[in-house]
Amino acid sequence: MRLLTGNDLKTGAVTWWTGAEWSIHIEDAADVTGGEEEIARREESARRVNVPYAVDADIHDGSPRPSHIKERVRALGPTVRPDLTLKPADPEIGNWVI
Amino acid sequence: MYKYDQYDQAMVDARVEEFRDQARRRLEGRLTEDQFKPLRLMNGLYLQLHAYMLRVAIPYGTLDSRQMHALADIADKYDRGYGHFTTRQNIQYNWIKLEDAADILADLAKVEMHAIQTSGNCIRNISSDHFAGAAADEVVDPRPYAELLRQWSSFHPEFSYLPRKFKIAVIASEKDRAAMRLHDIGINIVTNDVGEPGAAFYVGGGMGRTPMIAPCINSFVPLDQLVTYAEACLRVYNRHGRRDNKYKARIKILVHELGAEEYTRQVEAEFAHLLDQGVEPPLAELERIKGYFEDPLFETAADSQIDRIDPDFALWIDRNTVAHKADGYVSAVISLKPVGGIPGDATAEQMRLMADLAKDYSFDELRVMHTQNIVLPHVRKADLHALWTALDAAGLGSPNLDTVEDIIACPGLDYCSLANARSIPVAQKISERFAQTGKTATLGELKLKISGCINACGHHHAGHIGILGVDRKGVENYQLLLGGSEAEDVSLAKITGPGFDENGIVDAVETVTTVYERERADGERFLDTYRRIGMNPFKEALYG
Ligand code: SF4
Repeated sequence: MRLLTGNDLKTGAVTWWTGAEWSIHIEDAADVTGGEEEIARREESARRVNVPYAVDADIHDGSPRPSHIKERVRALGPTVRPDLTLKPADPEIGNWVI
Repeated sequence: MYKYDQYDQAMVDARVEEFRDQARRRLEGRLTEDQFKPLRLMNGLYLQLHAYMLRVAIPYGTLDSRQMHALADIADKYDRGYGHFTTRQNIQYNWIKLEDAADILADLAKVEMHAIQTSGNCIRNISSDHFAGAAADEVVDPRPYAELLRQWSSFHPEFSYLPRKFKIAVIASEKDRAAMRLHDIGINIVTNDVGEPGAAFYVGGGMGRTPMIAPCINSFVPLDQLVTYAEACLRVYNRHGRRDNKYKARIKILVHELGAEEYTRQVEAEFAHLLDQGVEPPLAELERIKGYFEDPLFETAADSQIDRIDPDFALWIDRNTVAHKADGYVSAVISLKPVGGIPGDATAEQMRLMADLAKDYSFDELRVMHTQNIVLPHVRKADLHALWTALDAAGLGSPNLDTVEDIIACPGLDYCSLANARSIPVAQKISERFAQTGKTATLGELKLKISGCINACGHHHAGHIGILGVDRKGVENYQLLLGGSEAEDVSLAKITGPGFDENGIVDAVETVTTVYERERADGERFLDTYRRIGMNPFKEALYG
């Protein structure tokens, strides 16, 4: 599957296209296979997101998981600051990234 | 310390307002990202993995407590309560919002700081010896010259769009504590046979994809021609640098391709042409700048006795304090490398504490080391115990300067969009491993440096032990390098062989230290033993 991601224009936060809007949670990300370019163009000109691009992913425990480690780090936050990640309380989250 | 005059302040204030307008236009959609990107980069604002990142310049690594407090306040108010001190004596904030960026720059301007020229193909922050003005071995304080170059290079119209970024370091002692020869221009202020000071110019050094040690192209430029000579070096580069190929655009490639001799010939010709063009600032300006770098009023009869009864304190004294030019004083290094910590990170509270301690014990001055630690340059020996007690209580008292735990690590894949692999977790695991085995002290001086990609912000080429993160089909992999140095005995490290995974690289580092322990002769550092016995014994231990 393909996911569309970018950084929020105002905050810089990593965001994922849900099919209708942008979410900071990768679990919400929708498969955009085939439509990525058009959505990216539209959303960038609507100034909601900065430099959107598509990434490969697969489904892992029912949720999308990007194929490349860089995108998994982006999705979650720095692995060395679990307190700053999106799921600070999840002890297993490191395994999801690595 | 240098204080802005009306021109400095007006320039910085004007830039804040200019950027405020640019950011507003971006947020309103009147600028595209393509149009805005070069503008934000000129103000140190990157877009990194998780958010915008702001890199703030700390000129030649010198700051006062008011400025350190301001950096702490920015961390709390606009970021997530911490900052990261970098290998170019700057600080980076990782969680900046575009909507806040102009306000941050305005807060910085209030304390005579900015983020100008911390990115882009221009002359970057001028770096220097972190012990400048305090070191027992310096010819002069190099900072007035670094400041002069800062003023010359700020908004220099001819050098704002160079073929690539350009980094200058200025030192003034035989000992190189600023990786001077691994800069685009390294300047060492020396004395000639009759005791006059002049500048030795080393041009074309650098790390990154193609590491090079800068050759000396002129061993003595009179100090009243320093800026003119620098201008000549830049002009030749600006004219002939490879703008056609990003990977060949640094000055090191030009010097290498032309040959140092031909490059020097062209610089000398340009220099001769420039000499009567009035490039050099009037001597009065240098004298004015020097006035800001006068020695503080050191006590002439400062007590030199140190009570070493507490063994932890004694260890810290031995490890983290450095001889000072004034009797009764030392420079004290505050380690930002606690075991298992993130190299170079400091919380806002730690920054405030360091600022307050600088005020109480170091004539209000702090320095940022390129090794990602902080220096209080002028501390009375009599105050050391009180200083150490306060530092230790705040987790800032690690006695590990220049040991295997004092690791340089770039942000790597945890923060950096260019990264191939994470650097920080490797640094954490190595420091934990050596703290656990208790070998740190017995290994003595051992400089370990880690980069998360070939750009080498973590100086891996210059590590006694270097580690380079690479991407092997989407999996992090780490190459091991041995034998580098960024000091006066400068050398480039060599790769041992095939890389290792994250845990394997920690084992590999331990393995090479075991070879060192087995092979070392009396008084030899790891680097000395490596240079004497060569790569093979290490390779054998690593790969069999
Ligand atoms: S060396 Fe590479 S990974 Fe590390 S900070 Fe520099 S660009 Fe990023």
